[in-house]
Amino acid sequence: MTCLPAQTDKKLGLVIDLDTCVGCQACVTACKEWNTGGHMAPLTDIDPYGGDADGVWFNRVHSYEHMTEMGGRTVNFPRSCLHCETPACVTVCPTGASYKRASDGIVLVDEDKCIGCKLCSWACPYGAREFDTDVGVMKKCTLCVDRIYNDNLAEEDRVPACVAACPTSARHFGDLGDPASAISQLVAERGGVDLMPELGYHPTNKYLPPRAHTTRAASVPAPALEPVRAEGGFLGWVDRMLSH
Amino acid sequence: MRPAFSVVFFTTATGAGYGLLALLGVLAGLGFVPPNFWLGLVSMGLALGLISAGLLLSAGHLGRPERAWRAFSQWRSSWLSREGVASVATFVPAGFFAIGWVFLGRTNGWVAVAGLLAAIGAVVTVCTTGMIYASLKPIAQWNSRFTLPGYLIFSAMSGSVLLNALLQGFAIGSTIALAGCVLLTVLGWGWKLATWRYNDGLEIPTNANTATGLAGGTVRSLEWPHTEENYLLKEMGFRIARKHKARLRQITQVLAFALPALLLIAAFALPWPYAAVLSALAAIAQFAGMLVERWLFFAEAKHTVTLYYGR
Repeated sequence: MTCLPAQTDKKLGLVIDLDTCVGCQACVTACKEWNTGGHMAPLTDIDPYGGDADGVWFNRVHSYEHMTEMGGRTVNFPRSCLHCETPACVTVCPTGASYKRASDGIVLVDEDKCIGCKLCSWACPYGAREFDTDVGVMKKCTLCVDRIYNDNLAEEDRVPACVAACPTSARHFGDLGDPASAISQLVAERGGVDLMPELGYHPTNKYLPPRAHTTRAASVPAPALEPVRAEGGFLGWVDRMLSH
Repeated sequence: MRPAFSVVFFTTATGAGYGLLALLGVLAGLGFVPPNFWLGLVSMGLALGLISAGLLLSAGHLGRPERAWRAFSQWRSSWLSREGVASVATFVPAGFFAIGWVFLGRTNGWVAVAGLLAAIGAVVTVCTTGMIYASLKPIAQWNSRFTLPGYLIFSAMSGSVLLNALLQGFAIGSTIALAGCVLLTVLGWGWKLATWRYNDGLEIPTNANTATGLAGGTVRSLEWPHTEENYLLKEMGFRIARKHKARLRQITQVLAFALPALLLIAAFALPWPYAAVLSALAAIAQFAGMLVERWLFFAEAKHTVTLYYGR
């Protein structure tokens, strides 16, 4: 049913630290590797080694230049499904293929019911959903639903593949509905923000803005070299001769 | 947004078809259109043919068309599902109306009731189509108060021009029918101009800053996550050159509004069959013009996902 649950028991989601993300794309490849064999498999690639490569990915890392009066900086920006509290991608679905789970708030697609009308991808402002032209259905991030509850994995591995792969711990997973959870406290401490809050989708995932510029680091270049003063003697004569 | 031919044709054809069906249902039911066999066969055939062709083509563009029946299930939340339900439900009274008119030669009694129900169904279906677009918040050009009335006005306009052409073709045209479709064409023109004016002056609060959560200053895309265009850019990153946009708006105005209006005004002064020829030309020009209009409706719509790509 594409009507939304009035509330969810948990609000599982990700918190992404834009301060520490180095744009290494490890989360991207880990996501692809896990999910092309996971709940929503396959993540089809079309012409992967040709000149017109295309394919389904749940996680994409952009790079931006953020210029402010404090100066400019490069910000690496991972973009994936935000598992919104009011996801229009679910309510527009005509078949009931898209749904938001009442237990943990994860937004999923039942691939056996999807007719491939693509309206959900139009309704998502964040570009989280990608159409698989080969299978003819819509695909999206599952928050690694087949990892986080997987008893066959060691407990520390029961996190989304992107979180497990991040070498700088820029990605955090947890229950954002519980104010006492470590992830909620991290959001509170660092002033985590919603993306496009003005559209009213109430994303569960939060982004931690880069920390403020510091004045402690060297920010003034070394003084420019001065021209060599003319000298007398033999070296002065060589200098004059070479300067001609 | 990518102007897919199936969706452009679907909304244009079903808009005209439902407009024609609604007018036929009301006017024939009230006794303004004679219960003539050939008139009934051709006009109901045209209305239901346009609707069916549009619906079939739009079902054909689905990734999994064999599952299309599932789309009738989520009418409680989805405008697309409501459109599916309303469009199929409208076929029931429309079918009874067509049988009564064409094969029983009557448009009174229960046939009139079926006609009125078909008209109501047609209006409801056009509303659901309009709401599919009007309810999409990521596309500011659609998520406006102009979209739903636009769908209704264009449906009534193209339906009335078709009806006038049919009545003229059967030599039972009237100045009232001519005046009605000229007025609706001028109304449609005005609505389209107002819509363009509104869209051109839109101040959209969503920008690269709110999209990335990076407050203040400017956010410029340095590098995409991929080298080639992906699904998002192919489907929602469609861009149209400014010079083509201006030219296509001119073509829309000429074909969909100005030329049909002039042809219909000329038909006032001319006897049959010249008036019938001009009325048919007006309908053909307007249908072609509305295809361009609907193509622009998609091509000019900007989805918020393009902000992530610096477009």
